Amino acid sequence: MIEFKSVSKLYPDGTHAVDDFSVVIPSRKTTVFVGSSGCGKTTLLRMINRMVDPTAGVIEIDGDDIAATEPVHLRRGIGYVMQNSGLLPHRTVLDNVATVLFLTKVPKPQAYERANELLDTVGLDRALGKRYPGELSGGQQQRVGVARGLAANPNILLMDEPFGAVDPIVRVDLQHETQRLQKELDKTIVFVTHDIDEAFLLGDQVLILEKGAKIAQQGTPEEILANPASDFVANFIGADRGKRRLTVDANVKPNGNDLVLIDAGGYAAGVISAPEGKLAVGTASPKSRSVSNKTSQAGDA
Amino acid sequence: MNLILQGFAWIFDGSHWVTTSTSAGIGPALVQHLILTGISLVITAIIGLPIGFYIGHFGKGRSAAILTSNALRALPSVGLLTVLILAIPFIKGIPGSYLADVIVFVLLGLPSMLAGAYAGLESVDRQTIDAARAIGMTEWQILTKVEIPLGAQLILGGIRSTTLQIVATVTIASFLTQVTLGTFIIDGLNQNNYVKMIGGAILVAALALLLDGILALVQRFASPRGVSRGTTKDKRNTARGATHASTQPRTPITEGN
Amino acid sequence: MEWVWENFSTIWGYTLDHIGLSVPPIIVGFVLSIPLGYWTSKSRVARSVLLTIFSIFYTLPALVLFVLVPVALGLSILDPNNVIVALTIYAIAIMIRTANDAFASVSPDVRESARAVGYSAVQRFFRVELPLAGPVLLAGIRVVSVSTVSLATIGGFIGIPSLGSLFLTGFQIQFFPEIWSGIIAVLIIAGVFDLILVGLGRLLLPWNRRASRRRAARMAAQAVTA
Repeated sequence: MIEFKSVSKLYPDGTHAVDDFSVVIPSRKTTVFVGSSGCGKTTLLRMINRMVDPTAGVIEIDGDDIAATEPVHLRRGIGYVMQNSGLLPHRTVLDNVATVLFLTKVPKPQAYERANELLDTVGLDRALGKRYPGELSGGQQQRVGVARGLAANPNILLMDEPFGAVDPIVRVDLQHETQRLQKELDKTIVFVTHDIDEAFLLGDQVLILEKGAKIAQQGTPEEILANPASDFVANFIGADRGKRRLTVDANVKPNGNDLVLIDAGGYAAGVISAPEGKLAVGTASPKSRSVSNKTSQAGDA
Repeated sequence: MNLILQGFAWIFDGSHWVTTSTSAGIGPALVQHLILTGISLVITAIIGLPIGFYIGHFGKGRSAAILTSNALRALPSVGLLTVLILAIPFIKGIPGSYLADVIVFVLLGLPSMLAGAYAGLESVDRQTIDAARAIGMTEWQILTKVEIPLGAQLILGGIRSTTLQIVATVTIASFLTQVTLGTFIIDGLNQNNYVKMIGGAILVAALALLLDGILALVQRFASPRGVSRGTTKDKRNTARGATHASTQPRTPITEGN
Repeated sequence: MEWVWENFSTIWGYTLDHIGLSVPPIIVGFVLSIPLGYWTSKSRVARSVLLTIFSIFYTLPALVLFVLVPVALGLSILDPNNVIVALTIYAIAIMIRTANDAFASVSPDVRESARAVGYSAVQRFFRVELPLAGPVLLAGIRVVSVSTVSLATIGGFIGIPSLGSLFLTGFQIQFFPEIWSGIIAVLIIAGVFDLILVGLGRLLLPWNRRASRRRAARMAAQAVTA
């Protein structure tokens, strides 16, 4: 569990990147910080692995104040995936994935073995291991970045707009991969994005942030969509726009069991299941396993 | 043209390679030249590289470094040489003028060495360095495993220009004190022996080109594999001109969109 | 110090000689490097040939060039034009690389948009590429200026009067003030030239207060679309 207690970050020029931010990030779930540029979400993320240190407040991981932990040691135990994958261009893909393992003095054969396993995990062909990052496509590079983040089997994975720099089609692909990974691996993921759709797709808990990392609303995607807390939130999620607000098309006869939905612009958006004229009811799917069979890991507090 | 051929002939005349009572020998002069160049280069590297790396890695002291570099570059080597040679008296064990020479060579070579070092480190993508830090490398590891290998091209470029600078200054030193390859040029001029003068010029030119060529090869092989390879597809196309001085801008046709 | 005032006319004489030796190479070198550097930034062949040739020249120590130029051109050794030609070659050697990098760094997107708007190649060069390359070119010419002023002192070795002559005579008679006056005069000239160049830069590149290339690019893009 990661806990922010009244955390602030004040820069010398007077800007409050983060102003009195407090939140509990539950373990083994995906928490998403979402907001427009400059709201402080990336700063918050980078405070977790002490790339940035707060000017006030305390951040605790499992009850331990991270300010007391040596930063390098801390970072080797937390996975970090950034927007441009940040791979070392002069090392092979396999070496890149194994970097943290080398840093923690894992013997080479084991490190390479694990690195290859991770390539499998993120859906990459092992043959790519010998290539250099520059020879890979953007999507592949990001997968390598994720593999590297998972290498030391950390309990916490930090992801900073990891899919922002790739093509939209590749992005969707990677988002689904992330969902699959989370179901398999059950990590505590802290995810930063400016894309609300991505946030709703991936997040168990979504925090919509305003300037200064002020929490505009916090909750599950369903809660936020059902009850936007303010005009800002409503605007941000586009509550009245596009595909958020759908109505049943009055002009088209219901075709047996389906009703046609149109969006706010009047364009067909999908169908709704209505067997024998009654609306079908479904349940929102969990992003991660809510009950884990695994032995307790750090972060379970 | 004729003179140049005569110059070559003068060089290849075996008797010129030995010191006589009237004239210095090419052999000893060449050795002296190499020794002075070598010592100065090593000292310049020992001083300049760590400082350059410090500035490049921490980003501090950059303006001070640039200012000093520019100032040192403006100093005429001849002037500095003469002042120091006269100023430093005979130091026990080390001939006074030897020390003065080396000090001047080092001072004049430092700007290039420093510039190469910090430019090399600054040319490394900040994101790569950030990522290296985020996965838990210590500052020293970042410097040695990431910044120096990726900046090797420019760092070696700095060493290369420093070497040339030193070779050139050593040539001039011959006028004042040491016997180096420049001696033949100067003596040739003074004695109106233009063949000797040209011969000396050719020797220095050959040495400079040889050293530069060797270092150029080293530079080419120093660039780590994978850095220059490949273009990345399906990244969103950002409007960016060539950032590194040696890369030509790619055509604006977008790839994979 | 009294020595300086007593011999001021000598020093001044040498200073003028020195300026006469340094200014032409700086100007000619700059003017020639621009088209040459532009060419190399466009043509791979031109780049490998020209840059290699000039880097060979640059590799040669100044004294060597001062001696080889008269031989190649058939001039008398004592002709000051030797030094001027040699210094010009150096100036081009330095500047052509800078010009190459400067033009190569102009964003291809800006170039394309200029073409799309309808600028001819010549217009594009003078209205877009040259201004955008301006800051880097200015930095390059400042380096050339300092370098040329410093190298001109070596003319003294082959008997061509310059401030370097003060060093040599000062050394021979072991007289410090003469040497110092030479050094200081060289530094002053280099400084004055630099100020002039910076001033010219401010005049011709008014947007370039802190050499912000992005701002320059935006301005140029506006000029293109205006």
